[in-house]
Amino acid sequence: MGRIEFMDANAAIAEAAVVAGLGFYAGYPITPSSEVPERLSKIAPEKGIPFIMMEDEIASINACVGAAASGVKAMTCTSGPGLSLKQEAFGMACMFEVPLVVVDVMRGGPSTGLPTRPSQGDIMQARWGTHGDHPVIAVAPCNAQEAVFETIRAFNMAEKFRQPVYILTDGSLSHLHTKVYIPDPEEVEVIDRQPPEVEPDEYYPYDYNYEIPPLAPWWTKDGKSYRYHLSSLVHDKTGFPTVVPKYVQWLETRMMNKIMNHLDEILKYEYYKMDDAETCVIAFGSTAEAVRVAIDEAREQGIKVGMFRPLTIWPSPEAQIKDIASKVKNIIVAEMNLGQYVLEVQRIVAGQTPVYNIAQMTGTLIRPSQILEKIKDPSKKVELIMSEEEIKRFGGGE
Amino acid sequence: MAVDYMKYLRTEKLPLYWCPGCGDGIVLKCYIEAIDELGWSKDDCAMVSGIGCAARVTGYVDFHTLHTIHGRAIAVAVGVKMANPDKHVFVFGGDGDIVHIGGNHLLHAARRNIDITVVLINNWIYGMTGGQHSCTTPPGAKASTAPRGSYEPTIDVCKMAIGAGAGYVARGFAGDPKRLTKLIKEGLDYKGFSLIEVFSPCPINFGRRNKLGDPAKLMDYMKSFLVSSAKAKKMSEEELKGKFVTGVLHKDESKPELTASYKQLVEKAQASDEFWAKYATGRLTDADRYKISREELKGLYPYDVETPLKEWKKL
Repeated sequence: MGRIEFMDANAAIAEAAVVAGLGFYAGYPITPSSEVPERLSKIAPEKGIPFIMMEDEIASINACVGAAASGVKAMTCTSGPGLSLKQEAFGMACMFEVPLVVVDVMRGGPSTGLPTRPSQGDIMQARWGTHGDHPVIAVAPCNAQEAVFETIRAFNMAEKFRQPVYILTDGSLSHLHTKVYIPDPEEVEVIDRQPPEVEPDEYYPYDYNYEIPPLAPWWTKDGKSYRYHLSSLVHDKTGFPTVVPKYVQWLETRMMNKIMNHLDEILKYEYYKMDDAETCVIAFGSTAEAVRVAIDEAREQGIKVGMFRPLTIWPSPEAQIKDIASKVKNIIVAEMNLGQYVLEVQRIVAGQTPVYNIAQMTGTLIRPSQILEKIKDPSKKVELIMSEEEIKRFGGGE
Repeated sequence: MAVDYMKYLRTEKLPLYWCPGCGDGIVLKCYIEAIDELGWSKDDCAMVSGIGCAARVTGYVDFHTLHTIHGRAIAVAVGVKMANPDKHVFVFGGDGDIVHIGGNHLLHAARRNIDITVVLINNWIYGMTGGQHSCTTPPGAKASTAPRGSYEPTIDVCKMAIGAGAGYVARGFAGDPKRLTKLIKEGLDYKGFSLIEVFSPCPINFGRRNKLGDPAKLMDYMKSFLVSSAKAKKMSEEELKGKFVTGVLHKDESKPELTASYKQLVEKAQASDEFWAKYATGRLTDADRYKISREELKGLYPYDVETPLKEWKKL
């Protein structure tokens, strides 16, 4: 039996990480993500989990990669500009193939942008931020409760696929306090990395016989010690650098395939009133909650509309979106940026169905009324409606 | 006592990657001797390096090794050490890697006095990337990015580390391996952050470009900047200008070590009433006031709890 607390999504993610078996946290404070380390600094020592606030974002993710490579579950948390700093080491985590969870509480950008306002501007940064070819797993919960389960799922996917995983939330979701149910570890499935079946002298960290080779912890409980080398250079099965084209190609394609071949285990999505829908709104994160309200209202008015909400944003639920495109007349993508995920949807739909976009980057949430207006006439450009009084309330306004 | 070097090396990775006349091999030899004298098991040792010639050492030593990105080796090592406080964690790297790009991590690891040992090969140049000038290149010396001689002031790494709060700081010289072994051994054995800066020649990218000739001559040139700590005591400040003192420069046994401090914090947290109420004897904290039954949870905003739990099990 778990427990209920009144908390925001940031605190919920911190609590859920502990349930998932967090073994190391390193981070650097940045608005609006700081409640994660704040909560963890309180509960981590009680659980004996190492917690450290590093000197910068770069150091925190590097420390996490070190801890994760040695055998524990590591997590770091950041926001937009911090994520940019973390990108090189995120690439290293991909190359090492170490499990790692990176929480990104999106805020308005570019640069320092809107530190205290929500946005969904890191969708493409999460996918393409670091250089080279590598897969990315990113999940986007839409409320604090879901953040709990998605955090545990993120840890599990990281361990299972030897892959860093993003949790993308945003400034409004992360600061909205709700009642949250924190389960006990026994109530949920907690996956730990697969231990190798071979003896230390026969062990290779990138064994050619596996699609996802087991990653041995450096120090096992039974005293066996697996000594190996991990290099951020392109490596062969032993982990040592190689430039042999055959092995380079093998590594790069296997890294991609280990995710793309297991989409059914990774993808998670929600269909909302889609059974007879003629218009489909695609939304994720806190925007999806506004869309839900708009759809309920539209249904009352007799408009056949539904929502497709990807919980796993990367890799894309391509088959599902293609299927929707073949059934509906219009697709609307709602997101708090000037149009990022819509590019992915357009790519997948490939002109089969018109794709419209309600892309608002005002530092405020998209309103149900705006979405409803768009549903009624998808080709119409929705204006940002804000009274003088509201502008005063939100600050700035000049 | 003869040291079995092969025991500590990944012999299949030999021959070494370094150029003839490079000091890195000497430092590696001293390093292995120091570990051997301490009698540490290979299984208990983890070594982290960044990018550069010296950073290639992690490929040769048979420990748990990580070859990471440029400048971040110390940050990675901090993570390894925090997660495994009872293991020995080391960093090996060059001046460009550890001081120039990774300077911030060096400062803060020194401040924290976390028990990792950094062996810093200072060859005054970016060797691997083609001889660009670094923050330790002597003013006037030529480099591929300083064809008319470097015009930048340099940094005294040891003074910086002492200023930042490192527990153990020493400076050695690849041309004096016996003494270097001693310094490294003392640094490894020290409980806290230890930095051993080693002056080491780069005959190809520094010596050749500055017309310092063969490696032996370069060694002599480097040596002309060095003064032993015993000799330095008798010298005036004016005489010490432009010189670097070798030997143990700073050792503070009283400074608390970071992982030990965290262990104390954990003990304190786990001894608190709150901890006992919450974790040790069942949940009786404020949060418990919200504890309600599964039935009551249904209809909780925005979803009931059962649904995500069921969905969860499907996955």
